[in-house]
Amino acid sequence: MAHTSNYILGVYDDEDVLLKAIKNVREGGVKIHEVYSPFPVHGIDDVLGYKRSRLTIVAFLFGLLGTSLALTMQFGMMTIDWPMIIGGKDYAPVPSFIPVTFELTVLLASFGMVGTFMIISNLKPWGKAKLFDKRITDDKHIMAIDLGNNQLEESAIDKLLKDSGASEVNKKTL
Amino acid sequence: MAEETFEFTAKTKKNLFIFIAVGFVLTAIGIFMSMGGGGHHEVAEAAGHGAHDAAEAAGGGHGEFHWYQRLFANLWINNVFFAGVALVGVLFFAIQYAAQVGWSAGIKRIPLSFGAWIPFAGVLMLVTYFIAGHDIFHWTHSDLYLPVEEGGDKIISGKGAYFFWPLENGTFPIFFLGRMVIFFGVWYMLFNKLKSVAYEEDTVGGTEKWYKLRKLSAIFIIFFAVSSSMSAWDWVMSIDTHWFSTMFGWYNFASWWVSGLALTALIVVLLKDKGYLSIVNSNHIHDLGKFVFAFSIFWTYIWFSQFLLIYYANIPEETIYFVERWKNGHYAPLFYLNLGVNFFFPFLVLMTRDAKRHARFIKVVAPVVIVGHWLDFYLMITPGTLKENGGFGFLELGLMFVYAGAFVFVILNQLSKAPLYAKNHPMLEESLHHHI
Repeated sequence: MAHTSNYILGVYDDEDVLLKAIKNVREGGVKIHEVYSPFPVHGIDDVLGYKRSRLTIVAFLFGLLGTSLALTMQFGMMTIDWPMIIGGKDYAPVPSFIPVTFELTVLLASFGMVGTFMIISNLKPWGKAKLFDKRITDDKHIMAIDLGNNQLEESAIDKLLKDSGASEVNKKTL
Repeated sequence: MAEETFEFTAKTKKNLFIFIAVGFVLTAIGIFMSMGGGGHHEVAEAAGHGAHDAAEAAGGGHGEFHWYQRLFANLWINNVFFAGVALVGVLFFAIQYAAQVGWSAGIKRIPLSFGAWIPFAGVLMLVTYFIAGHDIFHWTHSDLYLPVEEGGDKIISGKGAYFFWPLENGTFPIFFLGRMVIFFGVWYMLFNKLKSVAYEEDTVGGTEKWYKLRKLSAIFIIFFAVSSSMSAWDWVMSIDTHWFSTMFGWYNFASWWVSGLALTALIVVLLKDKGYLSIVNSNHIHDLGKFVFAFSIFWTYIWFSQFLLIYYANIPEETIYFVERWKNGHYAPLFYLNLGVNFFFPFLVLMTRDAKRHARFIKVVAPVVIVGHWLDFYLMITPGTLKENGGFGFLELGLMFVYAGAFVFVILNQLSKAPLYAKNHPMLEESLHHHI
């Protein structure tokens, strides 16, 4: 990674404390870089103020692409390029095209969604994860605050985190 | 928490009576118009050879077309459709207990109240059978069961035992009617039991009643699984006596089920608008919306599975069912409309998360889905009973209004008898904090 930043890390033991802390810290005027937790915390998107993911729109568009590809392929092969009568049906037997169309829609929607998710999350086999603290894979929640993105003094953020119930506050440069 | 009881006001009652009266007037106009005759003969000629072949194939003892046959067929459509919707309401209630569902604790009594229609549906169906059975069901004609040389029908004779056992084929369909009576009897008994235990919970509290309801629900679900399938064969599939489909039970269930879910969602949303159901928020509406969305797709899946196998295998005795509906100019527009309102419309409108969470969308989609599935039953029943003489006009619309008005009257009356939600339900707290 080309550039590094200085982070303050608040460590929390309990998700209820964490949810309240996120609220307090944001109200205190601090921008949170990211919160890491070992399990999904219900309602965390709301307190972090995340907008709804647009991934569903991507899924819909990829699905639409799958539908049109499947129909183009089948009509191209069976109706235009080499018309054939199969089972006494005419050259454009739409009902028999539906299963393939359905499958390709689902396939492209899911592959497209997973692929998009991996790209926007920087999940590639050779990528290196930013690991702030090993304990986020076990029993601790970490709130990471990028010092470069905040106007507040380091000591003020430190105090804010401690007051909101952080069990420890660390510093890390990544 | 404050108790809420639905008040069935005189104004609502009056509106429903007006609705039913309009239905009767439309029905009368429709009857008058079909008595006048005309019209349908020209349509019959334009309908193409498919319908004529079908009419001839099933002709048998049929004479001329009479106006009352159309009335009978419509009575039967409404009997079957509303009986099914009443039944799946109780099924929804039962599933909530069997699956130990928490989120629905506050809305469960709305689908439960649909069950109040079951006794009416049973009586109406029996009476309709005795008046109209001979005109609706081809298999009731006793000359079909003569030896083949004397003009009998070998295939229908083979199926005769399913209607007439233990009596002689072609006499009194005791097995068929016995099933109808037993099914309605057991459904009504189990509905009453579920209802009274659920109401007892209001005064007793605790978890004892919940466990009792869970046990009763399991019994209801098992009985429903068998009886709903057999009802579909008896009441709907047997109209096209020669034809059969192994998916028919599922297909009918899917149609009833999604109509019941849409009606539940619609009533919840409307009650909420009236200021009831303070415990319901957009998360509950989201779940109901998901149900309508998902089971619209499920219905399409079942419908298409039945259609594709018959279309692809192309065996004449199977394809006749779709020849009568799809390749017949008379019913083809409705055949496409059926797919449009029951699949494309709910699928595209309810696809986004926001649409499922907003009452406005539910209020648009749910009525379309309910009427759409009524149309689905119309398409199952009419072509088999009326052949090319069927139509869609004042008679169809009017009789649907009458039945819908009566059905809504009965369920609202049931709703007003007890609090709208169970204040002592062990999962009410969970339902309150439902968040998705």
